[in-house]
Amino acid sequence: MSANLIPLLWEATLQTLWMVAVSSVLGALGGLPLGVFLATSQRGELLGAPWINKILGLVVNATRSVPFIILVVAIIPFTRLIAGTSIGTNAAMVPLTLAAIPFIARLVENAIREVDQGLIEAARAMGATPLQIIARVLIPEALPGITLGLTLAVVSLIGYSAMVGAVGGQGLGDLGIRYGYQRFMPEVMAAVVVILIVLVQLVQSLGEWIAARVDRRAPRNRGL
Amino acid sequence: MTGRAEDAAIIFEGLGKSFPKAGGRVTALEGIDLTVPAGSITGIIGRSGAGKSTLLRMVNGLERPTEGRVTVTGQDVGQARGPALRAIRRNVGMIFQHFNLLSSRTVRGNIALPLQIAGTPGGQIRARVDQLIDQVGLGPLADRYPAELSGGQKQRVGIARALATGPQVLLSDEATSALDPETTQTVLELLGRINRDLGLTILLITHEMAVLRDIATHMAVIEAGRIVESGPTYDIFTKPTHPTTRSFLSGVTGTTLPAFVAGRLQDGPPGDQVIRVTFAGTHATDPMLARLATELGISANILGGAIEEIGTQPFGNLLISVPADQGDRARAFLETHGLTTEVLGHVR
Repeated sequence: MSANLIPLLWEATLQTLWMVAVSSVLGALGGLPLGVFLATSQRGELLGAPWINKILGLVVNATRSVPFIILVVAIIPFTRLIAGTSIGTNAAMVPLTLAAIPFIARLVENAIREVDQGLIEAARAMGATPLQIIARVLIPEALPGITLGLTLAVVSLIGYSAMVGAVGGQGLGDLGIRYGYQRFMPEVMAAVVVILIVLVQLVQSLGEWIAARVDRRAPRNRGL
Repeated sequence: MTGRAEDAAIIFEGLGKSFPKAGGRVTALEGIDLTVPAGSITGIIGRSGAGKSTLLRMVNGLERPTEGRVTVTGQDVGQARGPALRAIRRNVGMIFQHFNLLSSRTVRGNIALPLQIAGTPGGQIRARVDQLIDQVGLGPLADRYPAELSGGQKQRVGIARALATGPQVLLSDEATSALDPETTQTVLELLGRINRDLGLTILLITHEMAVLRDIATHMAVIEAGRIVESGPTYDIFTKPTHPTTRSFLSGVTGTTLPAFVAGRLQDGPPGDQVIRVTFAGTHATDPMLARLATELGISANILGGAIEEIGTQPFGNLLISVPADQGDRARAFLETHGLTTEVLGHVR
């Protein structure tokens, strides 16, 4: 691999990291509250708003059924409205975030539904309001699951970010397609794949480490 | 279980609960009239599905009655909503069969939860939590997580948590059913101590008669959504009237006939008369059978029995057989000495 490809790979890695980081944070900001709401708003639940729950559930499912590459292209007008442009790394964050929100919402919903109903009952018996139950019981208890869900979402976003080359999004995936595939430079493709594997591995390990740290559901060995 | 309203911690009046179900409604509770005396430990016993859990959950408004009223320290729970209901709940602590502790919080954190919910300032929370940890004897475990505790320790945390906001009433939902017999004893002793020291009214539900025998001052038996018998525990243990009560009692008071006798029991003579003798109060300690032999010359055959304490009062239950022609004399003798007898039948 010639030396002048190194800066190219480095730049593409930074672009990927930047896109994934921003869309993960924005996706979590949107997905966490949405997931909490979905998990607590069915009939008879804490926030009990079954109609809004149904409508939001449909929207989430609809967004999740559109293949990401189609979503990227289909929402170009919306992307232009938000980012001011429809091409480039910043523009690519719009579809990435839009895909991340419902995905994270479902993962958060599942994590919260795993929390023992008995804890909700205990908190109600203490005189807690629904919002107190969510903030002080459901989210802390679901934190290991939420952490693993966010990890999964970040890993998926790394994958998705490879497709945003279609709208000039740059990053590792774009580099791999343009150099590795279109210019027949297999060493670039190999380097891109290796970097992606390392990134995913790092994110996964970090996520699992944090999840284990916040998980107190099983006894832990205490050093003597 | 009657008393003036001001002596009552909880009053159920004509209480009923039914749930909608496909093609009609299912009645869980019907016509419940019960007064829980202030400062008592009142136990409700019933089989699973009898409605005891629903009944308990109406006291803090986790369930709402579809008929009648529940009043807790003078407040109508069924009518209370929002802040009023939450205020009632702070005055009614609750402990659970499966403890329902937050796995993400330490012992200290779990006990602090109801205080945080009530908006107590941080400094006060710390002081109160330390005091509660002391009260239930969890000192060295304050910074442990629930996963690191035994069942009995977890229930102590549950009790401390339930007491945090200084309630007047404690509800116990099968709190000892998931514990081994020894741990059950220590948890019951703690509940008894809290009842005495704090003057707290405890309403508990259980399916174990032994729990009521050990700590309940008053009790009620629930069957298919109705209360079939209620009163002071001692009275019900010594003079049960309903078949369901008798069947619950048979396990704890030695009133079951041994199988080899039960299988051969018939209504009339010939054969020895089988008598159940119930000893209450001080008579439980008198050697009545010895006196039966020395004073009347009747030697009784002991088939089974037990003597135990209900609260602090001794109570015994003995199954004996005597020759058929001496049955009446034996019973008359025992009755004149304050014992209760019942002829169960005759056996060859």
